Amino acid sequence: MTLLAVSDLRGGYGPVRVLHGIDLRVEAGEIVVVLGANGSGKTSTLRAISGMMRASGSVRIGDHEVLGRPPEVIARLRVAHVPQGRGTFPELTVEENLRIGAFSRRDKDVAADIDRWCTVFPRLRERRDQQAGSMSGGEQQMLAVSRALMMNPRLLLLDEPSLGLAPLVTQELFARLAELNAQTNIAMLIVEQNAKLALRIAARGYVLEAGEIVASGSSQELSSNDEIRKAYLGMA
Amino acid sequence: MARSTMFFTRLGISVVVLAGLLYVPQYFGTTETQLWSQAIYYSLAAIGLNLLTGYNGQVSIGHGAFFGLGAYTTAILMENNGWQFLPTLPVVIVIALAAGAAFGFPALRLKGLYLALITLGIAALFPDLVNRFASKYGTAGTSLIQPPAVVAPSWADSFTDFDDQYRYYMALFIGVVMLVLAANLVRGRFGRALVAVRDHESAASILGIDVARVKVSAFAISSAYAAVAGSVSVLIEGSANAGKVEVFRQSILFLAAIVIGGVATVIGPVVGAFVVVFGQDFAEDLIDDKPELAPATFGILLILLMYVLPDGIIGGARRLLRRLTDRSAAEPAPTPRTT
Amino acid sequence: MTLFLQQLMNGIGNGVIYASVALALVLIYRTTGILNFAQGEMALFATYCTWKLSDEGVGIVAAIAISMVFAFVTGAVVERVLIRPVERASPFVILIVTIGMFLAVNSLAVTIFGDDEKQLPSAFADGGWSVGDVSITYEFVGLVLVLVAECVLLFLLLQRTKLGLGLRAVASNAESARLVGISSGTMLMFGWAIAAALGALGGAMYVPTTPALTAGSMQAVLVYALAGATLGGFDSPVGAVAGGLVVGVGEAMAIQYIEPLHDIELVVPFALIGIVLLFKPTGLFGRNVVERV
Repeated sequence: MTLLAVSDLRGGYGPVRVLHGIDLRVEAGEIVVVLGANGSGKTSTLRAISGMMRASGSVRIGDHEVLGRPPEVIARLRVAHVPQGRGTFPELTVEENLRIGAFSRRDKDVAADIDRWCTVFPRLRERRDQQAGSMSGGEQQMLAVSRALMMNPRLLLLDEPSLGLAPLVTQELFARLAELNAQTNIAMLIVEQNAKLALRIAARGYVLEAGEIVASGSSQELSSNDEIRKAYLGMA
Repeated sequence: MARSTMFFTRLGISVVVLAGLLYVPQYFGTTETQLWSQAIYYSLAAIGLNLLTGYNGQVSIGHGAFFGLGAYTTAILMENNGWQFLPTLPVVIVIALAAGAAFGFPALRLKGLYLALITLGIAALFPDLVNRFASKYGTAGTSLIQPPAVVAPSWADSFTDFDDQYRYYMALFIGVVMLVLAANLVRGRFGRALVAVRDHESAASILGIDVARVKVSAFAISSAYAAVAGSVSVLIEGSANAGKVEVFRQSILFLAAIVIGGVATVIGPVVGAFVVVFGQDFAEDLIDDKPELAPATFGILLILLMYVLPDGIIGGARRLLRRLTDRSAAEPAPTPRTT
Repeated sequence: MTLFLQQLMNGIGNGVIYASVALALVLIYRTTGILNFAQGEMALFATYCTWKLSDEGVGIVAAIAISMVFAFVTGAVVERVLIRPVERASPFVILIVTIGMFLAVNSLAVTIFGDDEKQLPSAFADGGWSVGDVSITYEFVGLVLVLVAECVLLFLLLQRTKLGLGLRAVASNAESARLVGISSGTMLMFGWAIAAALGALGGAMYVPTTPALTAGSMQAVLVYALAGATLGGFDSPVGAVAGGLVVGVGEAMAIQYIEPLHDIELVVPFALIGIVLLFKPTGLFGRNVVERV
């Protein structure tokens, strides 16, 4: 069964319509990327999926229809949304941020998981008791991703993870994400402007323009498409 | 709706309403007329507060203090110095402008919540100040001042039989003049500056607006309105009294009035003030045998009103009007997309 | 010197009360972003309940405990029923709703319990010790201990429990909290419930130090507590407590030593706030300037 199936998603903010009928899907274990320029509706798409924004159409996670449900419900279906700008809890420590990730979990492996992600991202272990707001952008991004992973998700929604990060840091982040996917089979829907890196780790992708999907295909197809290369990959 | 249609509709409604208001004291008795008069001076205070809070975004829960300032100034001048009512108004306005500006300057440093709390402090402090400095003028050393009642001059005999009718017309006259003044202010450059500063201060200053001057002026003008309202209350009620409970209550009622009517609308505060004054009266009648429940009824009505009409009455009416007129506009055809 | 110490103690005694009400205000403000104008009146209602129980023969300490539980439940219900519908609305609307609550709760209290003066027994025994010429009443010690206990328990709750973590998360970043599965609605209910219980306790501590329990009992306290919370920056429990104490002590000192301020002591907290805010617009301990009112 398709893990995430979105069809005819429409929505906006008040009178301003941003999404004009989006169809996309993510299969279990897949990394799917959504490319688009600023203002194309990438963030709104994720927000609509995770319940933060009102929308019409259909969003199915597994066999649950979740459109219109509040974010808490969707989170409990093990869909973790890492919002744009990280969304860390700045006054809380790194460790507290991670513990919050596990808030809805009932199992006993929380401490073990905190340990695990601190191993994958060693910077977090160093700064365990530091206030999250005092860390660098890259560190906060690692923290935000780890917090999402603490939810034991089967689907990770990442909104422009490379935003504001130095290139090297971004590369490391994407490498980690690829590893994660290979080892744990967590599916990912990554919304990005940095198409090159994203397409490299993704299986499939969509291109979003002004609230509509204008292209889709495997990441190879998209990378070799001349128009897309020109528009999003900065290659002549 | 075409611009001219709107204008004539508005004009038409205003004329009808004004005619109705003119008729009020002819139709109603003394008690009722007094209530309408109260609604008028509450409107004045609300209009002023709306300029500051609605259009300029500086929340004040202390305008009862400026109201009292006007009331006491007028009362003392009339009682102690033998002045007539009308001449006290210019004095009141000047004093209130100064007081408002004096407060507006330090207020520049405060934002939102803190400003509101400080104004609350002013409202709490004012009765004490009155007690301290004004009770020597009062009846038997209290802070209640009862100046001689204003009587109708002989030329008014053509349209009034009673003094209270005359006082009502005076209040109405003052109210209309100040409403028109406020409307002009709001619709002109100053009004736009007020809103610009409210919505985005840094952008406003880049556009060349003297933010400090706008904000302080807003304070000064709104205080002047509240003070005139206070003066008119002395005209109508025949006394000035500023107990802690009263000042606080008035402050929040003025705020309630602008929210009920619709913040940042010209006529909203007037509508809201009428709702507040008559609403309280209504609540009191509703619970005839248990007067202690009146505030509870009123409070509950306020809360319910907020659920139903968060934009206020005028805001809600506008929304409704927009919905009704938008239905006639055609849906734009979807633009075809090519990959 | 004696007079100074005595006034200092009076100031601390009052300050402790302002601090505990300020604590409740800041708790709600931090977790929900709402300034609850009805905080004082809700505390008043709970205090009337305490009085009623005590009047019917229940021991005062038990009465306070029962009222606190009742307040806890009521606080949660109030949030769910009255505040939830307007949580997303403009700050003005929320302000009016809390003002409506202020009027309603006060009036209901008077209707149900009568507006005559009532005597609420203190939870503490009469008497005290004398240290030199300064008298330290059991009540004073009791008030301070209660405040300390409140602070300690609140600290433990917020820092060491899952619920506390959730409350702090919602206060820190409400959106992210929801994305993690924290039901912000539940957290808000808890925030209001705890604040209401704190208010009940505060009222029961405060009223016995005044001549009588009347409809206006909590209004002055609210103003002083707001002053204290503002002074402290509205951001942290620490600020609330510090602010409350400063206001209490400042007031006591001013009454004693600044003659012209007789009858207008209210100037003191606001002068204090004025001065502090002039130099530090976010309050003594405040961190960020929040625009919500």
